[in-house]
Amino acid sequence: MIIRIRKKSDIPSSEITPEDVYINRRKFLGATAGIGAAAFMARGAAAAEARVPGSRPGIAGPAAGRQDLEPSSWEDITSYNNFYEFGLDKKDPARNAHTLVTRPWTIEVDGLCAKPGEYQLEDFVKPSTMEDRVYRFRCVEAWSMVVPWRGFPLADAIARAEPDPSAKYVAFETLWDPEQMPERRWKPRIGWPYREGLRLDEAMHPLTLMVTGLYGKTLPNQNGAPLRLIVPWKYGFKSIKSIVRMTFTEDEPPTTWATQSPGEYGFYSNVNPNVDHPRWSQATERVIDTSRLFTRRIDTLFLNGYADEVAHLYAGMDLKKFF
Amino acid sequence: MGNAAVRRPRASWIADPKRQILLLKIAVWVIGLGPVVWLTAGIFQGFLGANPVEKIIHVEGRWTLVFLIATLAVTPVRRLSGWNRIIQLRRLLGLFAFFHACVHFLSYAGLDYFFALGLILDDVLERRYITAGFTALVLMVPLAVTSTRGWIRRLGKRWQRLHRLAYVAGGLGVLHYYWKVRADTFWPLVAAVTLAGLFAIRLAYRGKRKKKGG
Repeated sequence: MIIRIRKKSDIPSSEITPEDVYINRRKFLGATAGIGAAAFMARGAAAAEARVPGSRPGIAGPAAGRQDLEPSSWEDITSYNNFYEFGLDKKDPARNAHTLVTRPWTIEVDGLCAKPGEYQLEDFVKPSTMEDRVYRFRCVEAWSMVVPWRGFPLADAIARAEPDPSAKYVAFETLWDPEQMPERRWKPRIGWPYREGLRLDEAMHPLTLMVTGLYGKTLPNQNGAPLRLIVPWKYGFKSIKSIVRMTFTEDEPPTTWATQSPGEYGFYSNVNPNVDHPRWSQATERVIDTSRLFTRRIDTLFLNGYADEVAHLYAGMDLKKFF
Repeated sequence: MGNAAVRRPRASWIADPKRQILLLKIAVWVIGLGPVVWLTAGIFQGFLGANPVEKIIHVEGRWTLVFLIATLAVTPVRRLSGWNRIIQLRRLLGLFAFFHACVHFLSYAGLDYFFALGLILDDVLERRYITAGFTALVLMVPLAVTSTRGWIRRLGKRWQRLHRLAYVAGGLGVLHYYWKVRADTFWPLVAAVTLAGLFAIRLAYRGKRKKKGG
């Protein structure tokens, strides 16, 4: 059951797709449409039903585009995750994250703000009104889902912390507890804890969410319980999970992937089909959908389809340089 | 006396080198076709996870490397063990490496890109990990073609030189794997170390032979 409140920001993507992207998409789809239409494979009667044209619009039909966001299944969203603290395979977090203890949970707020301190999760969340938002989620690895999150605008939490005028960025940290995140086979050369950050205006944007739930239920551990960030126009790794710390800074904070591999991952990491990852193309993406086996890739949208809302944040910036 | 009469044929059944090779060949066929059977079952039973296309490509890529490394291990194992007949497995192992490489490439080109040739060509030319993988596949084509007895006879000494390309293909395959992963470099490094070890054994024996000869 999805409780979905249409927000002002939920503009159909048909309106917000930049024209050039739209035209490119048709070109791409035109080239593959003939094969595509014939090539879907049913996995069973249920799958066949789900394939009735129009029943899952926006995922593979060329005409449907992505005008309506049909959420990915609970199963897909909770079984295909990147959460390296719990293993490197996509299935690992669902298998291993049960060791994460999410209550009690404290969030440390520090840095350049008037109200630093250690907040209990309940106190951090309670003053805000929960909202359900269906967002596209685009991973830097060129796959995507559509996720019905439940949360509140990060702007609320930031306002309550009363950042100093000198604060220009907000940094986040994921829990790092080897007791709860036991050494598996091999840890990548990542400096733990996982760190992410946003420019303050990005963080204050109404689309930016602090998430505590999924499909109206409590957020599962593998999805970043009990509290995670969602920045829908950025690659998924920016949306840091299981947050224990929020720090206001004057300088751009170091972030995990940009530190790990600066040539491949930038601080901004906005979804951008025109700026490829050095090793692979970002022009298209594979929609994760177990109910349909072989679907063609879809074109990735500039700023993940949220350009109308957030493009102004990057006015005058060279997004190839600030990737 | 009666006991000995019973035991003797059984012992010779297992000791027969021809039978040993036959059994090993059957095992190679089973292991070689196994992944494809498993993936096909997975497609219809739905146990390949949320991203079956990626799963198919990854599984087939890994089996390509397993068979490539197994092929390249034949000569070192032969030198170390002195068991010369193992050479009879090499062609089958090599052809299974090529088979999985083809399934791997076709899953990428067909299932992932729906044979959108423009996009594939972009990948092959611009993405170094795809360039490496594709080159490895191309190098394996002449090796598969000249794997028949007729070609071995026709090429004579040149056959061996040509088939050293298998090492190049193996190296490129491992590089392809290493360049693709984001942080989990464990298995690519295991593959690289194994390949380097096999190559070192080969060089060591080559050095020995040269010393003897000179």
